[in-house]
Amino acid sequence: MSALPFLLLIGAVCAGYILNRVAAKSIRDRGDRLHSMTSYHGLFSALLILVPVLTFILFWLMLQGPVIDRLVMAGLPDGALGERGAGATQLVLAEIKSLSRGQVFGSPEEWKVAAASHLSQLHQRADWLLIVAVAALSLLLMGLARARVSADFRARQGVEGIVSGLMVFCSVVAIFTTIGIIVSLSYETLRFLKHVPLSEFLFGMNWEPQIPLREDQIAAAGAFGWLPVFLGTMVITVVALVVAVPVGLFSAIYLNEFAPRRLRAVVKPVLEILAGVPTVVYGFFAILVVAPAIRSLGQSFGLDVAPNTALAAGGVMGIMLIPFISSFADDALSAVPRTLRDGALGLGATRGEMMTTVLFPAALPGIVGGVLLAVSRAIGETMIVVMAAGLIAKLTINPLDSVTTVTVQIVTLLIGDTSFDNPKTLAAFALGMMLFLVTLMINIIALRIVRKYREAYD
Amino acid sequence: MTDATMPTGTPRKASSSELVAASLKRRRRKQTRLQWIGLGAISIAFGMLFILVASLVSSGWTAFTQTHITLSVYVDPEEVPLKRLPRGGFDDVLAVSVAKMLPGTDMSVRATAKSVEGILSKGAQFKLRDMVVADPGLIGQSVTLKVPVSDPFDQLNKGLIDRDTPDEFRRVKNTEIAWFDTLKDQGAISKPFNWALFTNADSRFPELAGLKGALVGSFWALLTCFLIAFPLGIGAAIYLEEFAPRNRFSDLIEVNINNLAAVPSVVFGLLALAVFIGWFGLPRSAPFVGGLTLALMTMPTIIIATRAALKAVPPSIREAALGLGASKQQVVFQHVLPLAMPGVLTGTIIGLAQALGETAPLLLIGMNAFITSAANSPFDSATALPTQIFIWADSPERGFVSRTSAAILVLLGFLVMMNAVAIYLRQKFERKW
Repeated sequence: MSALPFLLLIGAVCAGYILNRVAAKSIRDRGDRLHSMTSYHGLFSALLILVPVLTFILFWLMLQGPVIDRLVMAGLPDGALGERGAGATQLVLAEIKSLSRGQVFGSPEEWKVAAASHLSQLHQRADWLLIVAVAALSLLLMGLARARVSADFRARQGVEGIVSGLMVFCSVVAIFTTIGIIVSLSYETLRFLKHVPLSEFLFGMNWEPQIPLREDQIAAAGAFGWLPVFLGTMVITVVALVVAVPVGLFSAIYLNEFAPRRLRAVVKPVLEILAGVPTVVYGFFAILVVAPAIRSLGQSFGLDVAPNTALAAGGVMGIMLIPFISSFADDALSAVPRTLRDGALGLGATRGEMMTTVLFPAALPGIVGGVLLAVSRAIGETMIVVMAAGLIAKLTINPLDSVTTVTVQIVTLLIGDTSFDNPKTLAAFALGMMLFLVTLMINIIALRIVRKYREAYD
Repeated sequence: MTDATMPTGTPRKASSSELVAASLKRRRRKQTRLQWIGLGAISIAFGMLFILVASLVSSGWTAFTQTHITLSVYVDPEEVPLKRLPRGGFDDVLAVSVAKMLPGTDMSVRATAKSVEGILSKGAQFKLRDMVVADPGLIGQSVTLKVPVSDPFDQLNKGLIDRDTPDEFRRVKNTEIAWFDTLKDQGAISKPFNWALFTNADSRFPELAGLKGALVGSFWALLTCFLIAFPLGIGAAIYLEEFAPRNRFSDLIEVNINNLAAVPSVVFGLLALAVFIGWFGLPRSAPFVGGLTLALMTMPTIIIATRAALKAVPPSIREAALGLGASKQQVVFQHVLPLAMPGVLTGTIIGLAQALGETAPLLLIGMNAFITSAANSPFDSATALPTQIFIWADSPERGFVSRTSAAILVLLGFLVMMNAVAIYLRQKFERKW
């Protein structure tokens, strides 16, 4: 049923193409000189039908559900809902929907059954209406396009105009995405700030995202200060960088200057494999191998290591970042002009000295940019920490302890909980907003450093 | 260059070349040290990759086989009367037929009967039920049936349970081990390839859990992602590379795309949850929503790859076509884009491979639900490969550890395949000008 409008559209597009093309051909066969090739006449008709009708179908499908829901709720008998809150109204709606799907639990009230049949009736009517509308619109557009066919109709210009418009639309999608992120995050964050004051969120030292389930529940007030969560993120990020930066940098230095060509040909793809491993795999690796290893190692030294220590999550994240840093450093080193290299060697420096005293300092801005991008990756990385880091926010910088991160909290607060009106789920959006802002800032700085440095040598 | 500078206090008679020669050994040693550190760093990276793969393979390969038991089952009309179908005491029928192979078991003792029944997977009775329902003539006859054993016995057969640990710390008791050995001696136990891993959907019981639901879900999500991201990405790239005027607007778009490529994936999940599910009212857990989210994340990758491929086509092609009277769009769509297509496809496949492994946004839109059947359309609830891995990794049963590793191996297999296709395309069709 839901595929029918699309099939209809495809049919109309093909018909429009053939119709116009045949018409243009017959004009040409009469001996007139066409301005545009016949295929452009056909394409013009196809595009003229496709773009508006497709937009129409998508909008219809998007609005159909909410509009029908509203109609059904408005059609309920007076007093049936009574003095219910928004959440209860949602529940009633969900019950009516499952009734209309034929899933009956217990014996529902009379008016609910009536509403359910009303709902399915409306849906059926909407489906038919859509098909009729699509057919009518397609025919109308087909007629319009057909009327335009003539010897000196500039079909090519018409087609190219539509195509340019489509291409501009494609590139604007990126802007829409960014706007969508900012708007949705700030909207939910503002709702969160109605429950929790901004100062408490930004400077609070406690993160206990609980909400009272009942009004009279004691000791479940909850605290929403993001500092301990952010500190945990920083601890894990630092651990990751301690692993990734030296390993990544030294392998880049070796690969760039000293490695024989055949070794380089092997190492580069292997590092790319390491970069292509999904993070959920790294997360499982952390809980399967690394965390137990660190724990037993710590116990052999008599240290008390938490089962989900920051060291395991950070260390594995470091492994994930090695290829990232090494490829960035390699690029930065390769971008240093040959003349600097040759100059240093010509003055009698060994290759090692040339690397440490000339190449490396010259490439340093690019490398710093790469490391900053790695930092933003580590802060935003989710699966490794969700699987291997802890859940409870502690104000500690001990890497052997268990800490939690911003991304872990976002995921745990949102998994399984769908209602959008309590501070617990809204807190996830506030954390997401902070995450977005912090990573955006780091990214902008990093990209600026990288770009500026590149310009200096070009 | 501190090493090479001459200390001012040295005696005159030593010439600079002698000084250099004296210091050369030390300086060379320094360089060798740098080289060794670099080699060490590379071997650390290699070692980690090796440990990663080795640990996954060593824990995952056992899940590719599954211990089965072959039973001769007498479908007792007392237990399974015709008129009660599809209900009936199929589990008891099976337990009795196992007990027949184990001399000396007293099925009237409740605990014994229970543990004998525990040898078989919970899915065995459903297999028998489906057989009998399909052919009610089987009632009162004997059928030979090959069913999976339950997870502890599967582990035992694969040698993952240490028989030397004391009885009270072991999941399989001594009597049960003895039974299993008896069954094995009778040749009833076999270990064929575990097709159920690919043909079953998820299950609470590790011996029955498979990846079909996840594979289907990932397929729908990737298809949606491709259908949206590919045309949008190419359109945007062509516009930015070939047509966009150099002004602030196109600069803004470009900065935007670069930033989107670096936004954490979990933020895209939040966007999808708030906008697609919260505002548009699309269904939760649906691969379509997952694909939509992944498309937004994949688009920057495709745009960047397409622009690079377009840039690599030499201007002479464009000029020749323009000179023959082609319009600007004809030049791009009929000459430049076909020549750039291998590069575009390579970038697309790499982008899709990344999307296949992406987990966090899918978790937020609820694709981590427990669903025991494969999705029939992109709007049904489903899981995806990476979220299935996450679910299994969280499951406490021992059998899920090897299942998780096996699922990861399957996922990595797909990624290797996609990347291999991308590399093949690049090498086969890419032209150097």
